[in-house]
Amino acid sequence: MWAILSILVENKPGILFKITHLFRSRNFNIDSISVGITENPDYSKMTITTYGDEKQIEQIVKQLDKMIDTVKVEHLDEHKTVFRELSLFKIKLSNANDSMEINKLANAYGGKVHDVKKDSIMVELTATPDQIKAFEELAKPFGIIDVARTGVAALQRSGA
Amino acid sequence: MNKMENMTGAKALMTAMEKEGVKQVFGLPGGANLPMYDEFARCDIRHILVRHEQSAAHMADGFGRVSRKPGVCFATSGPGATNILTGIATAQADSAPMIAVTGQVPVNMIGKDAFQESDIIGMANPVVKYAFQPRTAAEVPEVVKKGFFIAETGRPGPVLIDIPKDVQINEEPMNFPDEFKIQGYHPWADPDIVNVEKAIDMLLHAEKPIILAGGGAIISSAFAELQAIAETLMLPVVTTFKGKGAFPETHPLSLGPIGMHGHAEANKMMTEADCVLAIGTRFSDRSVGTFEAFEKRLKIIHMDVDPAEIGKNQTAQIAVIGDVRVNLRVMVKLLLQKAIKKTEETPWIKHVKETKAYWKENLKLHPGEMGAAKILRKLRELLPKESIITTEVGQHQMWASLFYDVIQPGTFFSSTGLGTMGWGFPAAIGAKVAKPDVPVVDIAGDGSFSMTENSLATAVLEDIPVIVFLLNNSSLGMVAQWQRTFYGRRMIGVDQQSCPDYVKLAESYGAQGIRAQSMDELDKAIKTALSSNVATVIDIPIDPEEDVLPFVAPGTSLSDMILPS
Repeated sequence: MWAILSILVENKPGILFKITHLFRSRNFNIDSISVGITENPDYSKMTITTYGDEKQIEQIVKQLDKMIDTVKVEHLDEHKTVFRELSLFKIKLSNANDSMEINKLANAYGGKVHDVKKDSIMVELTATPDQIKAFEELAKPFGIIDVARTGVAALQRSGA
Repeated sequence: MNKMENMTGAKALMTAMEKEGVKQVFGLPGGANLPMYDEFARCDIRHILVRHEQSAAHMADGFGRVSRKPGVCFATSGPGATNILTGIATAQADSAPMIAVTGQVPVNMIGKDAFQESDIIGMANPVVKYAFQPRTAAEVPEVVKKGFFIAETGRPGPVLIDIPKDVQINEEPMNFPDEFKIQGYHPWADPDIVNVEKAIDMLLHAEKPIILAGGGAIISSAFAELQAIAETLMLPVVTTFKGKGAFPETHPLSLGPIGMHGHAEANKMMTEADCVLAIGTRFSDRSVGTFEAFEKRLKIIHMDVDPAEIGKNQTAQIAVIGDVRVNLRVMVKLLLQKAIKKTEETPWIKHVKETKAYWKENLKLHPGEMGAAKILRKLRELLPKESIITTEVGQHQMWASLFYDVIQPGTFFSSTGLGTMGWGFPAAIGAKVAKPDVPVVDIAGDGSFSMTENSLATAVLEDIPVIVFLLNNSSLGMVAQWQRTFYGRRMIGVDQQSCPDYVKLAESYGAQGIRAQSMDELDKAIKTALSSNVATVIDIPIDPEEDVLPFVAPGTSLSDMILPS
């Protein structure tokens, strides 16, 4: 299963290293990771997406919880959570129609177009990882030159 | 509010450690920790010099396990720090409280690949409970306070404090706080009455219940509670190797350790049981064999202070999280309240006792005069019951597990998790410092002892008279056994060729060396060692072909035990 973990940590140097090291040493995988400071500058929030069976996810949560630098560890239910990732795609323009086609595609996914050049175009897309994947599949035939993704940020819905 | 006094970081370190009750430090000085060393001239803390930093860490570890207060070791930066890593990892694997203090290059030199700089914080992170690197002198008192608290509470472990040299030297107004906050650390849980009640119910309804006591039972000193429960519910007790001696091994309900080299009767009964009360154990592969086979036929009640151990290696039907002594006390109380007391011998207990008696009679031992069993039983016979045993790592360690019965709980210590050769001797020195009035014996093998044998200098010069009980097969015996068993007797890299002569080695350090080649000589040697006030090495030549049996091969289950033919 795919899991979104929300980890509140003390905002001190070296924490990111410890968290990622824990995943490596316990044989878990990080699918994506995003880190940012919270409204309280003493804390950072890490959002990590990972794969594993139920037992493995439970172990990851417990091991993270055991870490002295983690203040709160939550396994978020994706159905009760808003989660988004920012992605940037640089796509090749080979013939005259490509630019228009890619514009249409970007619009369909709620993306924005930047940096339109003679032979390339950049699309910014904020969506779920699945939607980004779908967009990527459709953009592939044009020729993807480069991709950058931020990893997921997630917040539980109120009352959920 | 404490009065703020101006002092250096080094002085603050020593003052804070004195406040924690530290009486001695095991260590070795170097360039980056000299300001701390200079403070020994001005404080009451004793410094015990080692010849290699790894030994300092093992001494602190041995001290910590016996006294249940963190032992402290000092090392300088760079190689000094990397030398203690093995000792830190050993303490972490066995949940032993320890404070390791390393010197570091000055703050403005960190990251410049300075002389004797090592990123010890980065290297140690996976093997410490926590690591601190104060960047200003004023941080030192709180770091020490938090460090001791983290090391000794909950599931104990090693804490590293890495102090840059300028932080040691700088003078600042110091506040020694009595209170502090560590937001993400919750070492205590409330007693779990609901689940303890469920556990009693499950044990009462089981046909073949058993207790498996792990290292956690020893760390929390749950000896009286464990014995009360075993006797009240008439439960046979097996232990893990780390839990050896959590329960008196001379007790009629004791079956001894399970595992790769567990007692035959313990492994047999463990595999026949239908319900286990597992106390403070992580179900290591060396204890339970393959995880799947172990949990298949068992209902598991798992008590542990560390929630992350629940469900890690074995699936528990009932989990009781928290200090095992606290929850076992709850169990004892509930049993009293409900007036539950089993008196009638069940068919299961009858079967357990018969099995135990059978293996006492029928386990084939080495036929020679100087077989491991005879040697270790002789040691047991002559040692007072409160004596403390440490072991090295190898065949002798497993023979100790098989043939040395612990009578007084909590008197047997070994590097069980990491399996660190060279641990036993320095750990014995640390143990003797913690309990100077009882005999401390390192049950050793020649391969393992040779790794830290230069601690003889410490034992002699610091007047710490421990006994090294050296089962000398002139080989890396456990590896040799695996080569005989699994690698077609191709013996590679295991022959120590009787080098060195351990009697002469001991004497060259000013210790006492005695060779014992017969039971008579052994008897005399042990008595001489016990009445001496100098460290003694008893060198006992044994048959290099003797195997440790029974043997559960790696990757198999406890029911696939190889027995002596």
